[in-house]
Amino acid sequence: MNTSIEDNEVTREEAAVRDRFLAENRLFLGPDPEIMRNHSLAPRTEDEERILSQGVDAHQVHQIRGLVNAALTESFQMVNQMGAAPGAKWGDLVTGVFTKSGDLAMISPHGIIGFAICCFYPIKFITKYWMNDPTVGVKEGDGFIHNDARYGGIHNTDQSMMMPLYYKGELLFWLSSTIHEGENGACEPGGMPAAAESKYDEGLKMSPFKVVENYEIKRDLLTFLQNSVRDPKLQLEDMKVKLHATIRLQERMIAILDQFGKDAVVGALRSHLEDVEVEVRRRIRELPDGTTRVNAFMDSTLRENCIQKIQLAITVKGDQMVCDFRGSSPQFMNRAVNTNIASFKAALGTGLLQNVWPDLPHTMAALSPIEIVSDRNSILDADGDMPQAMSLMPLFKACVIFTIPMNKLNYSLPKRYSAVIAQQYDQAATFIYGGLTQHGDVTGNFCSDINGCGQGARSNADGEHSISPVFGFMADAGEQEMCEEDTPIVRLGAQRLARNRIGFGKYRGGLGYEQIATVRDSNIWGFMTGCEGSLFSSTQGLFGGYSSPAYQLCKIKGINIFEVLANEPKRIKEFDIVYLMNERPIPGGKYSTHDMGMTFEMCQEGEVYMICQGTGGGYGDVLERDPALVMKDVAEDLMTHDVAKDIYKVVYDERTLIVDDEATVALRNAYRQERIRRGKSYDQFCAEWVTSEPPATLPYYGSWDDPKTIYGTSGAQRIKMDADKIQGSFMPNPKDLKIAELEAQLERYKEKFGEAV
Amino acid sequence: MKVLITEYLRINLDSELYECRRCNGALGSARETYKRGLLVYDRDPREIHKPLLDPKLYERTYSPHPDWCRILEFYCPHCGTMMEVEYVPPGHPPLHDIELDIDALKEQWKDREEVIEPPIGPVPPRRTHMHGHGHDHGAHSPADTKKN
Repeated sequence: MNTSIEDNEVTREEAAVRDRFLAENRLFLGPDPEIMRNHSLAPRTEDEERILSQGVDAHQVHQIRGLVNAALTESFQMVNQMGAAPGAKWGDLVTGVFTKSGDLAMISPHGIIGFAICCFYPIKFITKYWMNDPTVGVKEGDGFIHNDARYGGIHNTDQSMMMPLYYKGELLFWLSSTIHEGENGACEPGGMPAAAESKYDEGLKMSPFKVVENYEIKRDLLTFLQNSVRDPKLQLEDMKVKLHATIRLQERMIAILDQFGKDAVVGALRSHLEDVEVEVRRRIRELPDGTTRVNAFMDSTLRENCIQKIQLAITVKGDQMVCDFRGSSPQFMNRAVNTNIASFKAALGTGLLQNVWPDLPHTMAALSPIEIVSDRNSILDADGDMPQAMSLMPLFKACVIFTIPMNKLNYSLPKRYSAVIAQQYDQAATFIYGGLTQHGDVTGNFCSDINGCGQGARSNADGEHSISPVFGFMADAGEQEMCEEDTPIVRLGAQRLARNRIGFGKYRGGLGYEQIATVRDSNIWGFMTGCEGSLFSSTQGLFGGYSSPAYQLCKIKGINIFEVLANEPKRIKEFDIVYLMNERPIPGGKYSTHDMGMTFEMCQEGEVYMICQGTGGGYGDVLERDPALVMKDVAEDLMTHDVAKDIYKVVYDERTLIVDDEATVALRNAYRQERIRRGKSYDQFCAEWVTSEPPATLPYYGSWDDPKTIYGTSGAQRIKMDADKIQGSFMPNPKDLKIAELEAQLERYKEKFGEAV
Repeated sequence: MKVLITEYLRINLDSELYECRRCNGALGSARETYKRGLLVYDRDPREIHKPLLDPKLYERTYSPHPDWCRILEFYCPHCGTMMEVEYVPPGHPPLHDIELDIDALKEQWKDREEVIEPPIGPVPPRRTHMHGHGHDHGAHSPADTKKN
């Protein structure tokens, strides 16, 4: 068909009308891939370009950063002291300042670093979609709330309050406060439901929306939110706390603007971001060119055991660094252990800033020069429709995954920015709980024991015991008494280091502690746990150091420990998991061990649930451990004699702990010779050991030898997929499998013994 | 010129060989995986992470399950130092974990001074206790033991 130029011009006009119409009438403003897949800094604004092109005064920038840090610290302390959520009390929070474009420039120094790498996404969404929408708009005194990680964030337990900062009528910055609130109305209490089989089981999924006008929380929306969660008091109190901390932060920022003027402060925050980027590129350039790799194997979806591989290859060339996660496990369509790529990057940034370059400012610019590559529809780059309520599983792996390959890249450097450190224990080893408290309140949340992960060993020292959560070096493990004041949980054994559960090495990982919990004065209470690592060690050692052991959940059901203690106070020698499980001192109890993924389960008064915080990875060859340190661990009851002798090959007197140095050297030398005798050459070993695919009996997800071929399941049968065409795996209900197994068993008995069975 | 690569490995840029930092023995070409120059042993994880719960009573005992997890131990063939361990499912190929561009490494180090002993970096920051209770959180180092 012939068309004239005039026809085409009309067509262009019509197209513009059509495009405008479509832009104004989008059916649903879901998470925007243009925002969510971009972790880099926005281009300079016109103002930033004008200010920075004139040059900034470095001393003044430093001074302004110090004042902003002080303001952020103050607002952090407000939330920390006043927040109602257990997460707030023990440091799982942040306050932050963003540029006008929404880039996160600075966070409170004690804040959770991961938030620095993800809190900016919802602000960019607000800027893009609500700023000019006549039904929403952005003006002074507004506050926006958000929790759905699909729009940015670590996971859906975290709620943010975000405010624009206007100065003399002009929007200059954004401010925010975020807390791990816990309860969010999901299908299980506490906000992290491993039982979620779809995103609609996850409870509140707040896209960013306006909940504050004229610095006041809108009561109608607040009521809706309170009506959607199990703990309306928590919802109210922490929204107010975050709002007022943000208002205080705004006051301080305005004072800084009054003192230095708009240009100085805008220039300081933008140059702060750009300086970090420049420094990261310089540090990458220092590294040797090449590739280092690591694999991590997770062993549970929290509903069933299966191996999920996370694979990372870091390639450096010049000042470019690419982190390639292709070959990792496919996503699960009905399991909660998926994460979106933006949340995954937040955890990567955490690991980078905690373990590799901890001296860098905590800002998104630390990760922004690094390219992240992943397979779409993998467990770490899951489609938005996948459940993600227990994204902590891949996220915690991401917090430590840099440790090994980055140490292999940077060990050669003449200057170090951090200790060489093995992986910190990387599981959420805490009780998540829910039910009716002794005060008659409905609640759901988690214990602060999540903050007690053992530290990895270092090149010159052991790891510290139960030092912090894997996601935040600045969070504390909390006080059990406060938990017992608020909830009916009674801790029978607490903060007792888990003897013999050690990441062995020349230097050992810091140990985790045992948690032995029950419930009292509530007839509706339950627990859940969400960790993997009961069959496959979760936390890896470094340079010949061993990994963590496996950790399982232990239970004693069908008893009331309080009656036992009242009637026979001396029956139980000690609250020690190994003793309780092996000696079984309470008659009539049902003793059992389980995967660490337990969906919500009712706990009757006096029944006992037991888990451990874990050890960090070990560093170096166990035969190089100073015998005096071995003796110190024995003396401190961290390790028994059999383990000391068998693992570390130390000869000593068990009574005095005096080491026979000569005999120890001889024993260790003999053991080195034994290693040489039993070891096979690499080529011979690989020829005998390596199989072309995973063992048929092992449920396995991810690549094996070729990252382009991904193993998964369809209809419970193993399939192979091309990495660029990954489909999620739909898992059968474990209860259906159990029923089928029992029915088959029954049929076998019927055949053997007849219908009478 | 020799470049430190790990606690136990270095690369001799002149010979282009990996070397053991404990016994100085040559291990193999720096242009291939260093693991080719080492000995390998497939270790049952229960030998290291011993069952603490009675295996007759329980399936899960704090030991990794040997059908799910094996420990590959890599030894120096000259002195028997355990240079690396890898936890893998049975049959999984050992990882080519260090693959450096040797030509670029030579270029990078031509103006650097050789590092004989690796520097000790600063300890990662953490929140200090708000209450003093006078213990070291178990972070033993040789210096600690001298006090005892």
